[in-house]
Amino acid sequence: MAKQYETVIGLEVHVELATKTKIFCGCSTAFGGEPNTHTCPVCTGMPGSLPVLNKKVLEYAVAVGLAAGCDITRYCKFDRKNYFYPDNPQNYQISQLYLPICRNGKVEIETEAGKKPVRIHEIHMEEDAGKLVHDEWEDCSLVDFNRSGVPLIEIVSEPDMRNAQEVIAYLEKLRMIIQYLGASDCKLQEGSMRADVNLSVREAGTEAFGVRTEMKNLNSFKAIARAIEGERERQIDLLESGECVVQETRRWDDAKGESYAMRSKEDAQDYRYFPDPDLVPIVIDDAFLEEIQSRQPEFREEKMRRYREEFDIPDYDIEIITGSKHMADIFEATVALGSQPKKVSNWLMVETLRLLKEKEMDPEDISFSPENLAKLIALTEAKAINSSVAKEVFEAMFASDMDPVKYVEEKGLKTVNDEGALRQAVEKVIGDNPQSVQDYKNGKEKAIGFLVGQTMKAMKGKADPGMVNRLLKELL
Amino acid sequence: MQILGMTAAGLGAAIKNKEVTVMEAVEAVLSRIEEKEKEYHCYVTVDQEGALLQAREVQGRIDRGELTGPLAGVPAAIKDNLCTKGLLTTCSSRILYNFVPTFSAEAVVNLQRSGAVILGKTNMDEFAMGSTTETSAFGVTKNPWNPAHVPGGSSGGSAAAVAAGECFYALGSDTGGSIRQPASYCGVVGLKPTYGTVSRYGLVAYGSSLDQIGPLCQDVGDCAAVMEAIATHDPKDSTSVKRSGTDFTSALVEDVKGMKIGVPRDYLGEGLDPEVKKAVLQAAETLKGRGAVVEEFDLSLVEYAIPAYYTIAAAEASSNLERFDGVKYGYRAEGYQGLHPMYKKSRSEGFGAEVKRRIMLGSFVLSSGYYDAYYLKALRVKALIKKAFDEAFAKYDLILGPVAPTTAPRLGESLADPIKMYLGDIYTISVNLAGLPGLSMPCGVDGKGLPIGLQLIGDCFQEKKLIQAAYTYEKARGAFGRGEDR
Repeated sequence: MAKQYETVIGLEVHVELATKTKIFCGCSTAFGGEPNTHTCPVCTGMPGSLPVLNKKVLEYAVAVGLAAGCDITRYCKFDRKNYFYPDNPQNYQISQLYLPICRNGKVEIETEAGKKPVRIHEIHMEEDAGKLVHDEWEDCSLVDFNRSGVPLIEIVSEPDMRNAQEVIAYLEKLRMIIQYLGASDCKLQEGSMRADVNLSVREAGTEAFGVRTEMKNLNSFKAIARAIEGERERQIDLLESGECVVQETRRWDDAKGESYAMRSKEDAQDYRYFPDPDLVPIVIDDAFLEEIQSRQPEFREEKMRRYREEFDIPDYDIEIITGSKHMADIFEATVALGSQPKKVSNWLMVETLRLLKEKEMDPEDISFSPENLAKLIALTEAKAINSSVAKEVFEAMFASDMDPVKYVEEKGLKTVNDEGALRQAVEKVIGDNPQSVQDYKNGKEKAIGFLVGQTMKAMKGKADPGMVNRLLKELL
Repeated sequence: MQILGMTAAGLGAAIKNKEVTVMEAVEAVLSRIEEKEKEYHCYVTVDQEGALLQAREVQGRIDRGELTGPLAGVPAAIKDNLCTKGLLTTCSSRILYNFVPTFSAEAVVNLQRSGAVILGKTNMDEFAMGSTTETSAFGVTKNPWNPAHVPGGSSGGSAAAVAAGECFYALGSDTGGSIRQPASYCGVVGLKPTYGTVSRYGLVAYGSSLDQIGPLCQDVGDCAAVMEAIATHDPKDSTSVKRSGTDFTSALVEDVKGMKIGVPRDYLGEGLDPEVKKAVLQAAETLKGRGAVVEEFDLSLVEYAIPAYYTIAAAEASSNLERFDGVKYGYRAEGYQGLHPMYKKSRSEGFGAEVKRRIMLGSFVLSSGYYDAYYLKALRVKALIKKAFDEAFAKYDLILGPVAPTTAPRLGESLADPIKMYLGDIYTISVNLAGLPGLSMPCGVDGKGLPIGLQLIGDCFQEKKLIQAAYTYEKARGAFGRGEDR
């Protein structure tokens, strides 16, 4: 019988923190500026410049650590990681090796077999590098330091995961914690969350770990799942054919569905880590910890429990809505403005999700305000607009967050409740469509639908369909 | 009135009293530079045009009553490892031969706020690595007391410029004695403040945990005045301290009665030139005569200071100097193929031998497998040295000793034997390791007519005690000429 193999996976997850300014200087972290416009002497490594820690970075790192059940290092330091590369202006990266801010954490993930803990080895703070732009036409490389000094945390797990599903559940869990804290938007595609997968295989039932590889360049959950499967198979093939797995860093090519070696352990650089003398040690006192703890938000699990108790909406809705802190915030704020939870949930679950999918957006990108959603719901409740007009208004609101009341007024979309006008329109439709009238009278109930449609069309969609129906039946 | 014979404070007062204009002062010192630079080469860059422009501007601010401080209008020189906006800053290294900073060091900004006129940038050992100013890529500086001798280093250009009357005062930096030792060799007063007192922002780092900026002056009074101008808390430097006791000129008081002064026996032993020893002990006697209580004691651990220092400073330097890579600014070699050859060629051609030696030493002590044995051990020694000083300061207000084992060596003597050169730092280095303030002032001349330096060391933040004792000694000693008046 063929040998059974178990996959052992640990993750190194980099998360870009949502601070307004960089980790060691006052430059903006905003995305997409002209090259080298968000820079200063500090983040371009000019001689004589010195780093000063952005306190917000520390607050976010501690908040994530607390949420992930970590011990917070009360006396922590930054270290320099020395290596030469042009995107690294000082030729050292300020990171943490010896005394990282958080250690020994644990998060619980949902797996097919139930809940499972994944231990966190450490979380440390560090700065991002700049970006190299290779100009093949001019045969040169250019450096953009806008990203240099953008704050990152690296979350290092223990090798506690056994398959791609667990890895994705773990990443989802981290993403939920971090998004709920507002510490990052955690978008894999845009690189604000990056995961490196450390993977080894071993014969089922054995204790000792196999030789592991590190896989980089994984920028979607799908890519991660494929890379894990691919790497597992590659390692098993090697072992089965009597070869050894080489400890190395590999780069995943998702288009080709294969990976190739970047560098082996033998080529590993000596980073000559040592404590950065330009930054004083960070001493974390009880007051600081208590303050961060007191500011921790209601995380997803608690929120789900509360929704089940407070709102009469389906579990499925709760799961979707709480799957995005931003969407949950909109939900709660709209309900707080007096809208019925079920109605709010419906707008989020149906129209919002449809538009998000259509426009390839994330729930985090929703820009309409709870106030405007509440107004829209109120308009439909009062039958001031009918449901198809409401959808049209919502779509406009989704795009530009305008006031639906004003919009309906300006565009003249209010339902026509004037019975005289409606009656005239209905009479005209009846007169214009003798065949349908005849069909209806012959017992074809469906024909009335056509007549309603024609009336709605004549009223430019602004009629109350209920009233149209009643008038039609009355006049026929 | 002889402008060039004035101290910085004296000139400041004369300008304030409208006896001298800033322009007159600047023109006088520029013509002095013109006359003497060929002989001493104190400067890497003299900013004649800029100095004249500043003179006009500063005079205007004085006339409008915007500048009232004691240093307003007084021309000063800046060591070439302090960034000066728009003015070449080379660290006396080929690798920064063309580097013009976009900002000024905080200490320079503070001086300019006080109305200083910046004359130019003084020569130094390359990246402050050296004890003679001979490792400069731009030529050696000569000692104004005897041009066949070195001015000391690394702030040799600053010390020599003060001694030669080529400025009224200067800024230097001190990582292991780089202010105090050249002050000693050139017969001027130099003060290395407590670590964290003067912002390091804009100081091109050598050993970040040891570097401190300080003044080199003609007398103790000037030193106190310059310190008042540059000692400010700076949020741009994480190691900058919010401290009190920065009213340094208030310590210009002639009184050491009851002051307890300890003289480490370890500083008077083997290797100390007998003439230096005699002059230093005489200075101790003078202070005793003024009422101080002076006694010898054992400081201990002195012999470990040099290896600990060269481990820590070189480790930090190896990392600090990585940014000089030919990519963004400074020297880039020609005729390379690819990125790594560009790095190698630029750095091989851009750095001098002493800098390379320390980069290699520092890289070695930080490398995997050696970190604990060297770097961590050196940090432990550093902590023990601090403890030894803490114990000493439990008993004494000040520690008194020599600055250097000898007076200024002849040009060319030191570089041949780097170990010997490193050993010359023995009395100054512990002060940096412990973060303490140290002051160097002349206390005599040797048989060759070269000045001898006296070092006073204080506990952290006790600069005022140093200044008070130094001022008292200075008054008792009497006038000490400049190199030019020999």
